[in-house]
Amino acid sequence: MTPRQRLWLFAVAVAGLVACYLWAFAGLPGFGDYPGPYGPAILKRVITETNATGVVSAVNFEYRGFDTVGEEFILFTAAAGMSVVLRQLRGERERQSSPTDDAANRQVPATSSAIRIVSLLFVGPTAVIGWWLATHAQTNPSGGFQGGVILATAFFLVYLSGEFIVFRRLSPIALLDAVEAIGAGGFAAVGVIAVAMSLPYLYNYLPLGTIPGAVSSSGTIAAISFLVGIEVAAAFLLIIGELLEQTLLRREGSS
Amino acid sequence: MQVFPFIVVAWIVVVGLYGMVTSRDLIHQVVCLIVVQSSTYVLLLAVGYVTGGVAPYFFDISPRALAVDPVVQALALTDVVVEAAVTALLLSFAVQAYKRFGTLDPHELAEFKG
Repeated sequence: MTPRQRLWLFAVAVAGLVACYLWAFAGLPGFGDYPGPYGPAILKRVITETNATGVVSAVNFEYRGFDTVGEEFILFTAAAGMSVVLRQLRGERERQSSPTDDAANRQVPATSSAIRIVSLLFVGPTAVIGWWLATHAQTNPSGGFQGGVILATAFFLVYLSGEFIVFRRLSPIALLDAVEAIGAGGFAAVGVIAVAMSLPYLYNYLPLGTIPGAVSSSGTIAAISFLVGIEVAAAFLLIIGELLEQTLLRREGSS
Repeated sequence: MQVFPFIVVAWIVVVGLYGMVTSRDLIHQVVCLIVVQSSTYVLLLAVGYVTGGVAPYFFDISPRALAVDPVVQALALTDVVVEAAVTALLLSFAVQAYKRFGTLDPHELAEFKG
């Protein structure tokens, strides 16, 4: 099939897709007229039930907690799968790259001191913000997923400001694996403890605190958010560290 | 315009699909897939929007204030996480394909057959 034929086929297919899409949208309630039963029901009871003022986190870690366990393990599996996919070739002899590829052979410029200084300056604040986000899911628009990614960013700033070696020394793979396992396993364990107390899985059995939106409020929501935070941070460090390592392999192979 | 956000969703899907079909580079193709997936964020947030509603966070406003649906917002968050996982895996496959065949062009890769 020539690219031209492909494009024609695509045009026909996409015309059908768009027609179905618009037809389906015509049956949706208009923008702004959300009728659904779940959102209003949760909004009505969330503060009395959990003392959490960050309702999205309450939905994620309480009402949809079981789904979020699955979501967490998707990320966990992706990090594991990635190291499996990339590890397979690590022992093999690196193949000579094709002669058409210039990118691998180009001279890598040294990091400018402006980048070094700015990224070093931001390491501390970024780590604090990430930690704060991971521990305040119950109060405001933060949560473990957001916080974890930003926490991981602090380590990548170290990489930007220096060398991969420093980055690796700060976040050794064995430690990351352990932290990731603690985060993911901890989340599952919070649920299992509820079962051991003959409560439903992931039931919120911790004290809810007295003031809605206080850091000490919301029971398991805050605990789960923190566990998710460290899991996500470790998973992202593993995933991106793996890709960074690949670029280094290329550079070494080509020099 | 009541349907405008939904038309935007359709547009993002089609643009992303066009990019995937015409792509000559696996990395570019992964980015196009991200574009397709980001249409779901717009769709979810558009479906859950309530006219005049605030974000569902009651730290400093009355819990009785009219708010948009928190469930679809939580789903959008799930969506982002899944996308990150999918992207990471696809990129690692791209790295593998390049190592093995020395090219990232899907048309050339199709000739290698595995």
